[in-house]
Amino acid sequence: MDIVNQLQRQFIDHSTSLHREGIVDDQFTELQKLQDENSPDFVVEVVSLFFEDSEKLLNNMARALEQAQGVDFKQVDASVHQLKGSSSSIGAMRVKNACIAFRSFCEAQNREGCLRCLQKVTHEYSLLKNKLQSLFRLEQQILAAGGSIPVAK
Amino acid sequence: MAAQGRHGGRKSNKMTALVVDDNMVNQTIHHRLLDNLGIENEAVSNGKEAVDIHCSGKTFDLILMDMDMPVMNGIEATRKLREMGIRSMIAGVSTRSMEREVQEFMEAGLDDYQVKPLTVSKLISIIHKING
Repeated sequence: MDIVNQLQRQFIDHSTSLHREGIVDDQFTELQKLQDENSPDFVVEVVSLFFEDSEKLLNNMARALEQAQGVDFKQVDASVHQLKGSSSSIGAMRVKNACIAFRSFCEAQNREGCLRCLQKVTHEYSLLKNKLQSLFRLEQQILAAGGSIPVAK
Repeated sequence: MAAQGRHGGRKSNKMTALVVDDNMVNQTIHHRLLDNLGIENEAVSNGKEAVDIHCSGKTFDLILMDMDMPVMNGIEATRKLREMGIRSMIAGVSTRSMEREVQEFMEAGLDDYQVKPLTVSKLISIIHKING
């Protein structure tokens, strides 16, 4: 049982640091509470959907901001609004906050500001993705070793 | 509230709900929240689809209506549904929090409004209004 305890400890530490660093907020815990024996992969499924959706949106934003003939800020804003909504729903706090700042630059039609924000949002998104994928890997390792996932409080 | 004679004549005592949101992540989460509370539910992606599903004869005890959607937004869809005589509980669920924006949405015909993200406790408070 030693390896299971070790993995569970790592899981708790990793989960705590996600919250402490503000990468996720209480909404992520709410999401984890929706997972049960009837829907054991719910969090991974929703987060995977979020990753797929976010990458399309980030590409849309990048393409719209690249337009030499003039940036359609409404189009950029529409994608940022979508990302803000879905990041808020899964508890991705830093991504959500980066989107809030991004929307002000869209409103001001400030291309340079938007490009800086896109860089920031992309960075926060990559960080979130790496950290959540590590968390899910730990979960798989715990289950493979015959243990159970510590419950989110 | 019994869903008698709804959904093509199938009688059921289960509450029913319609999720109206263009964001697939939100649709998935709201669907799960409703499932967990034993509420039969389906989802559509914009206000026009919400109106169309009612035109097809379906009705729901509860409609969770997002505000910002393409084709037809939540305000327009709520207004339209009320004009059609739909008396279901319609709860606006949106990220908008400015008083003016929420008021406009409420005046379109909402029974309740909750700021996203939706949680179990917010959903329960909406449902208490149906039963209360």
